[in-house]
Parts: sequence; C-alpha cells; structure tokens
Amino acid sequence: MTTQAPTPVLEAIAVGKSYGANRVLDDVSLTVNSGEVVCIIGPSGAGKSTFLRTLNRLEVPDEGEVWVGGEPMGFELRGDRLHELTERQLSRQRAKTGMVFQHFNLFPHLTVLGNILEGPVRVQKRPAKVVRDEAVAILERVGLGDKVDAYPGQLSGGQRQRVAIARAVAMKPLFLLFDEPTSALDPELVGEVLAVMGDLARDGMTMLVVTHEMAFARQVADRVVFMAGGAIVEQGTASEVLENPTEPRTRQFLERVLS
Amino acid sequence: MSATSTGRGRPDGGLYPQVRLRHWGRWISAVVIVALGITLIYGAAQGDIAYGDIPYYLVSPIILQGLVNTLLLAVVAQVSAIIIGIVIALMRISKNPVAQAFASGYTWLFRGLPVLLQILLWYNLALLFPRLQVGVPFTDVVFVDVSTNDIMTTFVAAFLGLALNESAYMAEIVRAGLKSVDRGQIEAAQSIGETPLQRMARIVLPQAMRVIIPPTGNDFINMLKGTAMASVIGYMELIKAANNISSFNLQVMETLIAAAIWYMVIVSVASIGQYYLERSFDQHDRRPGARAEARALRRRVAADLGRAPLVRREE
Repeated sequence: MTTQAPTPVLEAIAVGKSYGANRVLDDVSLTVNSGEVVCIIGPSGAGKSTFLRTLNRLEVPDEGEVWVGGEPMGFELRGDRLHELTERQLSRQRAKTGMVFQHFNLFPHLTVLGNILEGPVRVQKRPAKVVRDEAVAILERVGLGDKVDAYPGQLSGGQRQRVAIARAVAMKPLFLLFDEPTSALDPELVGEVLAVMGDLARDGMTMLVVTHEMAFARQVADRVVFMAGGAIVEQGTASEVLENPTEPRTRQFLERVLS
Repeated sequence: MSATSTGRGRPDGGLYPQVRLRHWGRWISAVVIVALGITLIYGAAQGDIAYGDIPYYLVSPIILQGLVNTLLLAVVAQVSAIIIGIVIALMRISKNPVAQAFASGYTWLFRGLPVLLQILLWYNLALLFPRLQVGVPFTDVVFVDVSTNDIMTTFVAAFLGLALNESAYMAEIVRAGLKSVDRGQIEAAQSIGETPLQRMARIVLPQAMRVIIPPTGNDFINMLKGTAMASVIGYMELIKAANNISSFNLQVMETLIAAAIWYMVIVSVASIGQYYLERSFDQHDRRPGARAEARALRRRVAADLGRAPLVRREE
C-alpha cells in the first residue's frame, strides 16, 4: 500500500440481498483502495460470490450502495436522489470494472485474440490496431503469446483462465474481481493461474479475490476478509486473520481448511 | 500352451473354423420388398398414363412458372418468418411483461390455427375490412386508403398465412437456441460492458445459430411443400399450374407427376444446402486443420451423393 492518503476505487455500503426468506447478504460494507489486493475467504454459502457479483451489479442488491470510481453502480446521483440507470447506461459503468469467473466464460466462437479485443474494440471503441498490439503484449505477459489465434476449446483450463484474466486486463479496469478463479481447475493447473494473479498484484492492480487458496491469500493479499452467514465477520492483514483470528467462527473455519 | 492340458481348442492345436451368423431376415425382407416394388412398377406401367409426356410437362412454361412461384413464395415467407420469429423470441425472453404476454399470445394464435384456415382468412379479409386505411385514429386525417381486395392478392394472402404461421414456430426455435447458450456467456459479456444489443448480436446469437439452423432447415423444407396450400386460393404455384394444364387436356397424373418430380428436386437441393449450413456453424470447425477436414468431408459427401442422393452419413 502507498504512503499517500488512500483513494477508494470501490466502496460497498450496507449491501443486503435476500432470495425469498433466505438472507444471503446482510449489511456488508467494504472499501477497497487503489492498488490494494483483498482476498475474501469463508465457508461455502457465506455469500462471498454473491457479494462480489453485486460489485459490478451482475447481482442487483436489495439494499445498500456500491460506488465505483466515485459513481454509484446502477444509479445516477441527481440532487439528493439516486435515479436508476437503464441496462445500457449500466453497461458503460461496468466497462470500468473487470471480472474473472470460476468457469472462465470465454467466448467459444471467438479466437483468443477475438476474446480479448471484444471489450476494448466493441465497448470502448478503441482502434483495433492499437488494441491488438496491447492484447498480444498482455498475452505474452500471461505466457500465451503463441495462442493468439487459438480457440478456447483448444486450451487447457489453466490457459483458458489466463486468457480470461487477459480479457479483463485489456479493458484497463479500475479493479479486477476474481470469483474463485482456480476452483474449477485441475490441481496441477492452479499454480500457473495464481502466478499470473500474483504478477498482476505486484504490478499494482487493484484486486478483489474470492478464493479458497489460503497460501495465495497469505502471500499476496494486503487484506483478508472473512465472511460467514452473509456478513463480514472479521478482516485485517493476512497474518492477523489467518494466523491470529479473533473470532471463533474464523478460527473454526481455518482449522477445517488448514488441517 | 498345450490344448489337452486346458481342455480347450482343437486337439491338433489349430483353430476351429467359424460359421458366421446368417441374416435370413434381411434376405427374406429384401425379396418381399423387391417383389412388391416390381408389382407396383408393373401395375403403374399397365395404367393409362402417357409417361412419355411427363418430360414435356417438366419444362413446360406453365409448370416452370409454377416452380418459380413456389420457390418465390417459400423463400419470401421463410425469410420473413425468421425475422419475425427472432423478434417474437426476443420479446418472449425480455423482462418486459407486456412484450412477454404479446409474444405468448402471438405464438398461441398463429401456431394454433391450421395454415390453410389462415390463408383463407387473409384471402377473405375484405369481408371483414373492405378498406385498409392508415391515418390518425378518430380524425379525418388519412394517409393511405386502399381497397382490401386490391392489396390482398393470392400471393399476399398465401404469404401472410404461411409466414405468420411459420414465424410462430421460428419464435420457438430461436427461443430454444437462445436458451441453449450458457448463462455465463451473457455474464462475461456484461462484465466487459457490452450493452444488451451487443450481447445479443456478438455473443448470444452466433452461438445460438448451431441450435437454430437444423430445425430451421427442416421448417424450410416443410415450407416448400406447404406452399401447395396456396393453390386453394388460386395462387399459381406448382400444383395449381399442373391443374391448369390438366383442366384442358385431362392429363391429371402426368402433370401431377411432373410437379412431384420438381418438389423432389427442390427438397433435395434444400436438404443438401442444410447439410453444408449445419457444417459451417458446427463447433468442430473451430480447430486448426478443420478446413482441410471439411474439404475431405465434402469430397466424401459428394461421392456419397453420387451413389444415393439424400443419404446422409453422420461422422
């Protein structure tokens, strides 16, 4: 983290959501500063993924606000009221965020390059020629410089997830959201994806990572957030939360996953 | 290994000759089918039909005009149905409850009525609305005012009946195609900031095509034959053309067989076209070397087609 006054790029305020009688998120507030890497851990069903998806409004929260780069997601502040935006206007806000999914969600009908160019060219309307060079550079950085013209179906899981990361990075987002990026991978492919993520973190990318990889959290995260039952139970530096948890629920969870 | 010690195999160590299973059923059924076929052909040859006249009817100007009209009606109706079907399908899956309800009602209505009835209703629309007007309701401002009978030609009535009925089916086909695309694809497109229109045009529809094309091809083949119903209101398609000739010279069978041959030809051509269309949208084409494979496949298919048209051999 920098020594200057931190600038929040992402702020969730009292976010809540229910599916029927099931309260999946309850009064969740979190601020992420520029350049910060935050890992969210917790048992399954804790609402980690749902919370992450409210941040780029793939999931619409019932209550609370999400502010991205000083703008309220899904709304426009006029006077002292938030007016809901159309899906089209919301898309423009989403273009400032990046997301990496558990199941990669690459576009199977486009090449690796096509996947990466889609956002910058179609959404940001940047010149294809310039973006192409950038895209190739990003692909080389994630170790896939030779897969530019391949289709996703020809790649391994680890390679696909690295392409997905490249696709998100090419948008030059304010921050990257990772939704269990290694959970769908064969164990021997997890390392290559975590290596790319660690590389991005060192480079100053703001990252919010829902993960079960405790070693990654310990090494890379500036802050670890423990969620359970739809709420944030405890947060702090990696060593605080992972080595000296104060909450019994955190301790229970860590005993189970680390044993 | 010694044969005597195991109790298996021929004592001299060799192998027993094997007698393959005889498929008697195939032989018997082949004989029955061939016998029936010969009887049928013999019977048909004995009938009072001038077979020599059929080639003449095949290329007669009236039949050819009927062929052109059949193709024109089928293509225009199918293309319109695809466009309307996409719109109705999008309304059906939209979040707008009014659009949803309209799409459901549309499908219910146009799929529920027999095509022939729909054609007849359109053709007789003048009985219900003698004049068709475009203007501002409840004022005297009228931009267009025409007699319904001037507009509702046999082509227009047949087109409306066939296209609207087919569009209801196309809506269901397109909807199934759109639903077949993984939800994660839409989320990924959302995450890079694509608008609803971009998501549909760039991500969802291209992937849905693989599911949409095969049934659409089937529907088009049905449409080619369905145009025959337009003969009822007097549209000059193949059957009406055949009837026009036979009403003069009473060569009913000869002209109908000529029409039948043309139907087989255009349906065969459409089947082959569908085959290649499906191939081109197939996921397997997304591999290196797929083009060369596709070329080899086309050669094999061409060879197959040379032997027996319409036999489709799956890989």
